[in-house]
This record gives sequence, C-alpha cells and structure tokens, in this order.
Amino acid sequence: MADSTPPVAVTQEKDIRVVEFTNSRILDEANITDIGRTLNVLIDERTNPKLLLDFGTVDHLSSAALGMLINANNRIRQKNGQLRLANIKPQIMEVFVITKLNRLFRIMPGRAEALASFAQ
Amino acid sequence: MGIGDASPESGDRTGSARNGKMSDRKMQFIIRSEYAAGLDVQQQILDGVEKAGFGGRELFAIKLALEEALVNAIKHGNRMDPAKQVRVEARITSASVELLVEDEGPGFDRRGVPDPTADENLEKCSGRGILLIESYMSRVWWDRGGRRLRMIKEHLERR
Repeated sequence: MADSTPPVAVTQEKDIRVVEFTNSRILDEANITDIGRTLNVLIDERTNPKLLLDFGTVDHLSSAALGMLINANNRIRQKNGQLRLANIKPQIMEVFVITKLNRLFRIMPGRAEALASFAQ
Repeated sequence: MGIGDASPESGDRTGSARNGKMSDRKMQFIIRSEYAAGLDVQQQILDGVEKAGFGGRELFAIKLALEEALVNAIKHGNRMDPAKQVRVEARITSASVELLVEDEGPGFDRRGVPDPTADENLEKCSGRGILLIESYMSRVWWDRGGRRLRMIKEHLERR
C-alpha cells in the first residue's frame, strides 16, 4: 500500500514553517516515520526553528503519532525554537487532553492565532 | 474455537462468519506480526462495527483502541517476529463490540507500566497506547500474563 503523496505539505509565513498533514489519518508507522523525518529536517535547518503544525485535515491519530510530536517538540526546544499546534478537531483534542499533552504543547485554536503567537 | 473459517496455517487473515441474529457478527483472524496485516484486519472489523450502527465518537474510540492494541501486539508483544502471530477476535452486536487481541510475546504486567500523564513522563515518547485503550473503551481486561487484551465498547449513542 505504498503511497507516493508526501505526508506533509510545507509552506512559509515570514520565518515560520507551516506544516499541513496530507493524510487524514496519522496512524500507521510508516506514515509517522515519514512525517517525523520531514519535521526533523525542518527543525535542523534553522538555528531557532519556528514550526506551526496545522491539524485541520487530521481525523485520526495514534499514540505513535503523539510520540513523534513529543520528539519534535523536544528537538525544537533543544534548539531554542518554537512549536505551535493549531486547528485541532474536537475528537483529536480529546486525545491530547486524555494524555495531558495539551499541557506540553502550545495549542492554538486557528492558524492566524498560532502565527501571531510566535515570539520574534 | 469454532468461530469463523480459520485456517491458521495460511498465516494470513482467516475470514469471518455470521452467527446468531443477523445483526450479530463474530470475526476471527490470525495475522503475521506486520503492520499491513493489522491494517487489513482493522478495516474489516471497523466495517462490521459501522454496519452494526456505531458511529461518531464511539466509532472513533473503537478505531483508536483497536489500532493501539494491534500495534502493541505486533511491535511490543511479538516484536515484529515473523515466526509469531497475533490472534484477533471481534464480537459485534447492535449493543456492544467486544475485541480480543492476543500476541505470542513475553507478556507484561499492567501495574508496572508508568503513568504517561505524570509530569516526569510527559515528555517521554511512549506509554500512551494503554492509557488511550483504557480511556476510550467501556471495559478492558489483560490476562494470560498480559499477552491477551479483551475490551468492550458499549453502544450508548444513537445515530
């Protein structure tokens, strides 16, 4: 079931990398590994990386996906960068609340609020 | 076991059978320790769950719990060992979905799994699958030394 579509679409807003997920399910391991690898490249290319992950398309995610996000968060913090999550659907938000990861990540309601929340 | 037309020697999915009332469905699978085989089983079970009238948050819950259970069995239980199999059973009625996932790994002690929501564990990358299973399903049991997971989702929402 190889899928040639890249797992994320990356755009730029000033010095912020905006990442959108192209698959509604961030579930299976191969997909998660691909996303993690792409995020690592985006984190490593800057000294103080600023990343906004837009979850607007995401309907499902698993604990492995949460692990990948935590890994990205740790890596960004090591480089004094900033990470924001935005546009998370209520069903997905519940997963963050149950795991208490809503306390670890900076989660903003929409993309505009998230973009505005980055420190210079 | 008497459910389905299982042919474990094929090492592949083993099909399904309908027993009892038309709305009741029992499915049994024996799969290799590969993610792709797990995805295939998931899809078949979720199709049955949807046909039985589950939707919305309940379908989301079952999907998430089944995904976590299969990944646990394949990755942590059988450690992707091609010689080991995962047994999956589903009993689907209009009132509840009961799922059973059993691996051939070393087992584990549920009480020994650290709480991933504790402050000191929040930044660790693993340990959330079990928490999600227990949060999203109505009832959950681990037996056979942690090798077998049985979980039930009651159908409370009406579409």
